[in-house]
Amino acid sequence: MHPAYSVLIFTTASGAGYGLMMLLCLFGAVGALPVSPWFGAVGFGLSFALVTAGLLASTFHLGHPERAWRAVTQWRSSWLSREGCMALITYVPSGLFAIAWVFLETQGGVWAALATLGAACAFLTVYCTGMIYQSLKTIPQWHNEWVTPVYVILGLASGALWLNLLLQAFGAGRDLFGWMVVVLLLAGLLAKFGYWHSIDTAKPLRNPGHATGLGRLGRVRQWETAHTQANYVQREMGFHVARRHAHKLRVYAMLAAFIVPLLLSLVTIGLGGGVLATILAGVAAVVSILGLLVERWLFFAEAQHVVTLYYGAESA
Amino acid sequence: MTSLPQTTTGKKLGLVIDLDTCVGCQACAVSCKEWNTTGYSAPLTDHNPYAAEAHGVWLNRIHSYEVNPGSGDSGGMTVNFPRSCLHCEEAACVTVCPTGASYKRAEDGIVLVNPDTCIGCKLCSWACPYGAREYDEDDGVMKKCTLCVDRIYNENLEPEDRQPACVRACPTGARHFGDLGDPESAVSGLVRARGGFDLMPGLGYRPVNKYLPPRERRASPKDSAAPAELVAMSGADSAAAGDGVFRWLDRILTR
Repeated sequence: MHPAYSVLIFTTASGAGYGLMMLLCLFGAVGALPVSPWFGAVGFGLSFALVTAGLLASTFHLGHPERAWRAVTQWRSSWLSREGCMALITYVPSGLFAIAWVFLETQGGVWAALATLGAACAFLTVYCTGMIYQSLKTIPQWHNEWVTPVYVILGLASGALWLNLLLQAFGAGRDLFGWMVVVLLLAGLLAKFGYWHSIDTAKPLRNPGHATGLGRLGRVRQWETAHTQANYVQREMGFHVARRHAHKLRVYAMLAAFIVPLLLSLVTIGLGGGVLATILAGVAAVVSILGLLVERWLFFAEAQHVVTLYYGAESA
Repeated sequence: MTSLPQTTTGKKLGLVIDLDTCVGCQACAVSCKEWNTTGYSAPLTDHNPYAAEAHGVWLNRIHSYEVNPGSGDSGGMTVNFPRSCLHCEEAACVTVCPTGASYKRAEDGIVLVNPDTCIGCKLCSWACPYGAREYDEDDGVMKKCTLCVDRIYNENLEPEDRQPACVRACPTGARHFGDLGDPESAVSGLVRARGGFDLMPGLGYRPVNKYLPPRERRASPKDSAAPAELVAMSGADSAAAGDGVFRWLDRILTR
């Protein structure tokens, strides 16, 4: 599948934004975070900025961005529509909680209930994102039960890295949050390994004999292409990264998204706080985002659509 | 509404494509392009149409495949394979649409895109296993086979022209149009008689269009008029075949 940069940026930025939002809401509601209005303002400001930038980026690949509002209408059948609805709904409870935190300087009572709702909405938004891909039977590497959990866990891990950076910057770093980052990064690494293992060991389901229905007569092979130049279907669905490149990129993605941030987070825990800890937490968050962009690129480039069987692919 | 229609008339308009008689001439593809670039889906944009890199939106693509039975003897064949929208009963391209622009008509099962509400997100093309949808970069919307909805009900056309442009253009009669929901229709009869099949039925999209398999080839010489093996001519035949010089040569060479 062709990796559209707007979609890579959208899922990575909004994943981190919703992850941060979930953690701010949940830990804010139980009073585990600094009550300072400034912390709330910066935390929710960053979270809303990441989410909004991601949502805007997602409209860049549309043929008609001015009609994007129509995408909230088909939530009964479409995961993409559900994602759009949830993305908009999420602004309400989390926005109200942010207002309470920053302007009313309160996080308890009814606001805590709103915060819980905000976290649930943010979770559902990322869940819908994952389901857009996982629901497509036409792409075996996406129609895989690891896909949605990976989206949720990576969003949380990425959000936790940014939360840890904020806490360090506000001099409020706590071991609890440092270890939470480590645990979430490990969970992300394991989930991604699980996903890669699953797609690497899956047997190809179909060949051109299935696609054409001619398999019962013998082995089917492309004889002549249907047209001289690549068409939309080939450009959009025919993009596939070479296996040896994919292997290298997997290593880079693992190092940048998980292992380097994990080591940096351990050092941050050891330092306890201070300028160096803040800088290292910042490097961890940024490196992880870059690694996740590679991971997201691979998610597309390693996915093979069954339509490629009509265009010379031997299996899909 | 991109949910599939709950109540239908039972009518399932579609095509039956005969892989035995298709000669791969591309007449259907050209006729489709010509009709639809001025019809419901207008325009079907082309890029660099007069240059080496010409490409554009076509709703009908004609592939060609080699089928090798693998046993080493004859029976291998090339099969021309027209590919267009199959107007599936469980059309995933419709249900994934976030705006309602993609829809399946309750009255005849035709799957259409409303070009005024399509946002060009391309998700429908990801959901289609058959590559039936092509994105128009100029229009910013998705284009697909309309089963010539602007021909088949068009009373301004002669009755014989009220069928899809591809069907009308096919010089070998390899494309048939009709109601596959009606077991008594001519197309349903063809599917029964020739063992018409679905493409990738395992995916569960229940295509309406059916393909008819190539007929069995005459595999052994016994089934044809050709002699089973070539035998040396002798006697009267040989005498009739040539004069003395050739007979002398034949004797020399067979010594």
